[in-house]
Amino acid sequence: MTTASLADRSTTVAARATELSKIYGQGETRVVALDQVSVDFRQAEFTAIMGPSGSGKSTLMHCVAGLDTFSSGSVRIGETELGSLKDKQLTKLRRDKIGFIFQAFNLLPTLTALENITLPMDIAGRKPDREWLDSVIGMVGLADRLGHRPSQLSGGQQQRVAVARALASRPEIIFGDEPTGNLDSRSGAEVLGFLRNSVREMGQTVVMVTHDPVAAAYADRVVFLADGRIVDEVHAPTADSVLDRMKRFDAKGRTS
Amino acid sequence: MFRTALRNVFAHKARLLMTVLAVMLGVAFVSGSLVFTNTLSDALQNSSAKGFAHVDVAVRASYQDAEGDKVGTVPELTQAVLDDSARVPGAESALGVVGGFTAIADRDGKLIGDGFSTLGGNYWGTEDPRYPLVAGKAPRGEGEILIDSRTAEHSGYTVGDTVRLSVNGPVLTPRIAGVFTTDDGTVAAGGSLALFDTPTAQKLFGKPGTFDEIDVKAKPGVSEAALKKQLDEALPKGLVETTTGGELASVQAEMIAASMSGMKQGLLVFAGIALFVGTFIIANTFTMLVAQRTKELALMRAVGASRRQVTRSVLIEAFAVGAVAAVTGLAAGVGIGALLRSLMNAMGATMPDGPLVVTWQTVAAALAVGILITMLAAWLPGRRAAKIPPVAAMSSVHAAATAKSLVVRNVLGALFTGAGIAVVLAATTMDGSDGQAPMALGAVLLIIGVFILTPLLSRPLIAAAGPVLRVFGVAGKLARQNAVRNPRRTAATASALMIGLTLITGMTVMASSLQTSIDKMASAAIKADYVVSMANGNDLSPDVGEKLRTAEGVTATSPLRNAASRIDERTEYLTGVNGSVFGELTDLAVADGAFRIGGTDVIVDEDTAKEHDWRAGSSFTAAYGDGEKQRLTVAGVYEGNDMLRGIMVDNATLAPHVSEPSDMLVLVKTAAGTSDAARDGLREALGTNPAIKIQTKKDISEEIAQIFTLLLNMLYGLLAMAVIVAVLGVINTLAMSVFERSQEIGMLRAVGLDRRGVKRMVRLESLVISLFGGVLGIGLGVFFGWAAGELMGTAIPTYELVLPWDRMALFLLLAAVVGILAALWPARRAARLNMLEAIKAE
Repeated sequence: MTTASLADRSTTVAARATELSKIYGQGETRVVALDQVSVDFRQAEFTAIMGPSGSGKSTLMHCVAGLDTFSSGSVRIGETELGSLKDKQLTKLRRDKIGFIFQAFNLLPTLTALENITLPMDIAGRKPDREWLDSVIGMVGLADRLGHRPSQLSGGQQQRVAVARALASRPEIIFGDEPTGNLDSRSGAEVLGFLRNSVREMGQTVVMVTHDPVAAAYADRVVFLADGRIVDEVHAPTADSVLDRMKRFDAKGRTS
Repeated sequence: MFRTALRNVFAHKARLLMTVLAVMLGVAFVSGSLVFTNTLSDALQNSSAKGFAHVDVAVRASYQDAEGDKVGTVPELTQAVLDDSARVPGAESALGVVGGFTAIADRDGKLIGDGFSTLGGNYWGTEDPRYPLVAGKAPRGEGEILIDSRTAEHSGYTVGDTVRLSVNGPVLTPRIAGVFTTDDGTVAAGGSLALFDTPTAQKLFGKPGTFDEIDVKAKPGVSEAALKKQLDEALPKGLVETTTGGELASVQAEMIAASMSGMKQGLLVFAGIALFVGTFIIANTFTMLVAQRTKELALMRAVGASRRQVTRSVLIEAFAVGAVAAVTGLAAGVGIGALLRSLMNAMGATMPDGPLVVTWQTVAAALAVGILITMLAAWLPGRRAAKIPPVAAMSSVHAAATAKSLVVRNVLGALFTGAGIAVVLAATTMDGSDGQAPMALGAVLLIIGVFILTPLLSRPLIAAAGPVLRVFGVAGKLARQNAVRNPRRTAATASALMIGLTLITGMTVMASSLQTSIDKMASAAIKADYVVSMANGNDLSPDVGEKLRTAEGVTATSPLRNAASRIDERTEYLTGVNGSVFGELTDLAVADGAFRIGGTDVIVDEDTAKEHDWRAGSSFTAAYGDGEKQRLTVAGVYEGNDMLRGIMVDNATLAPHVSEPSDMLVLVKTAAGTSDAARDGLREALGTNPAIKIQTKKDISEEIAQIFTLLLNMLYGLLAMAVIVAVLGVINTLAMSVFERSQEIGMLRAVGLDRRGVKRMVRLESLVISLFGGVLGIGLGVFFGWAAGELMGTAIPTYELVLPWDRMALFLLLAAVVGILAALWPARRAARLNMLEAIKAE
């Protein structure tokens, strides 16, 4: 994929969910978290998934990222169909093809920043590509902090380590679950900037769940979820346009 | 407060399970020991009281002061004394008792029992009240005997069979006239008892016409005391002693109580060790629980709970846990008590029947121990809980484990360790018994010191395992780092295992060293192929030596014959040997002079020589038992040992002065050397006598080894409890760690560590911690074994340190197995963790 041209990437699908459903419980306690959701995440695109609490945005991300199982439908990462994979194969897929940035607990406290960055490759027993690693580290500005342990880093620096880790193994797609949720606005802006740059300059694919319109404005596209369904989509969003849409859902939700 | 504490107990059921188990095991051990010994003691006392039922007054010869040179002045209980006893007005009947060593051969010609527990006695008249017959009839004459029912059962002998037996001299082949039952403790413990008719018994046991004891039964209505008074008047004063049956029973009861209390104390020491190890686990658990509940406790402080209330809530929780553990432990202990009894029955030792005895003291001890230990161990964590500031409730971040400096701890630990080592080393320079107390003190100081230092030691020691762990990739690396992440916790976990292994290793080192040194003492310097002796350690009759000398294939023999003499106003035992061939049978190093025994030439060992200030060429006068005196010359001084020592004189020189010679043992050299054929030849030459042991040097070593093996196995069994408790500790720590790190583990799973990797990570951490404890324990154990050996070495000249490398390797392996087993469940749990739950932000 890294050899493919930029033009190709914009049309190739990195991950695709088709009629994806996730149902918890049975009978009385039956909850439909995802209701036949179909969505494409194209290569070299930065997508934000938004929606109110309980809309299923995190569930969608978990299912597409191979962290959770789904009830019906299909999910593809590149050419791989996730529904047929066993835990072991899913683990391998996550390790080799997916990068993760969580809201918290991204880093192992016992490992240094550098060790945390190379962790997925260490698990796979692969040697990191030194040149690529240096450029990633340079981009997030951590060159002088590599020997530090997470407890010696600020929250923003910790999340930058997490971004570097996600990028370092050159995954096909990076998933972020509220990656700036625990950060102050300046550190948050930095992290989002790195993610956007990775898409623009390195052709990375990024999918991010957020409830913050400002964060969503960094994306190329925003997908809105409500009650387990995709209800809207905005291209080239701004914070205002996103906020505007959200207000409309709220109003619709209340009146309907 | 009380309610919150109890709610917490229920909320953390699973996490408290290991703690409950640990306390429970300790309490079960304590109460099991108490129940078992009380039950056994009661049953034994009952059965011994039964044993004295037929005795109202026992008449025994009154022994003169053991000092004095004359032998054979013990007054005899003759038939006349018996008749006089029976004739007093209050006496209904009197029976004479005579007994001694009797060896019975099983169907293969082998000795039944071990020589010390094979007894013989007399059957009184046609119906002896002591021994109820279950089959056959009373024995008559030399051709008939009775055997006890257990022996009959084990050997398969029945009435009418002919058995081979030996009392002291020749082999007898009497017919079994009957089988009887007995409560005799020796028989119960696996021995045998054969009964002859009274005249035969008297003749065989070398006491013709006399008895060892006369048991007098009172007429109905006559009290024991009244009968005793009558007997005292009727029988010659100063010659006999009378004792009532009641007194005999109470003396016996006291002896039983004394031996039981020794056993009880021994068992309780091991129970104490298990409980001590348990305290580490309890403390660890509560520390972790408090750490996990930081926010909760802070909230309680914020809404107005005082520090004391917080501490108290932790202690109440500990109380509840302790109470549950104590009650279940007590129940388990009663079960263990019952189980121990049936186990010992199954192993061949019949325990006298009796109800299971659970005294209120046992119950009180079990409850007190369980509850107090738990609360004591939870006290420090409780205090720590009280120090949590209320503001901790507000912080959104997990309160990081306060990496409190270990400086104070390390200094303290170094002080204790240093003092411990110094005291132990000082004790090794002391004399045996003087050094014991300081050695024990030093050992305790050192163990405490090392325990305090374990957090410090954990880093370098676990780092040393790094290269090995690197083989396992990321899982190994993370395991290593996790193991040193919380040094205090790792230390407490490893310490629990360390204590058990220290004791096990120390005991093993001591036992191996002792075994080797005793082996050396017993068999060193013997060149003879066989050592012939009595199974019970008594003296052999001289015709055994004679038969061996003339047996086919024997090239040289020499008895070791004892003869008392007076030298320089002191009683000194001369050892009679066959001087001409003694050099072929032994390999004694000569320190001075020449190895020459014959005529008036004798050799003496270094100790005796030093005592009398003799050297080669010295001469002295020996006065023999028959009153004759002879001038003897020291031809040489040799290096003696436990078996071969003292003044060695030629038997030819001694013969005229010794009327009834008896031999401790006979050394034999055969043309064929040590072979089955040669041994069978000797056995046949002696008439296949079951009472006589024919051993090679190897047999002797094995016999010694067997004793030590049995002892060690018992100790291992008892210490196993401490190890099991330690295993629970490792499980506990790992389970807690997995719980605390669930988010990390979830993250690791998300970024691509598979279940196997997670499992491996937890297992390796467990392995590293266990091996850490194992290495510390084995190290300390070797040190203590060495130190204790130095102390024993002052009493045993041949002592030298023997390090049982194979055993030590086995112990290290045991530690590894402990680690792997303990990790089974926590590793499974870690691998099953719900990833999404784990990575969800708070």
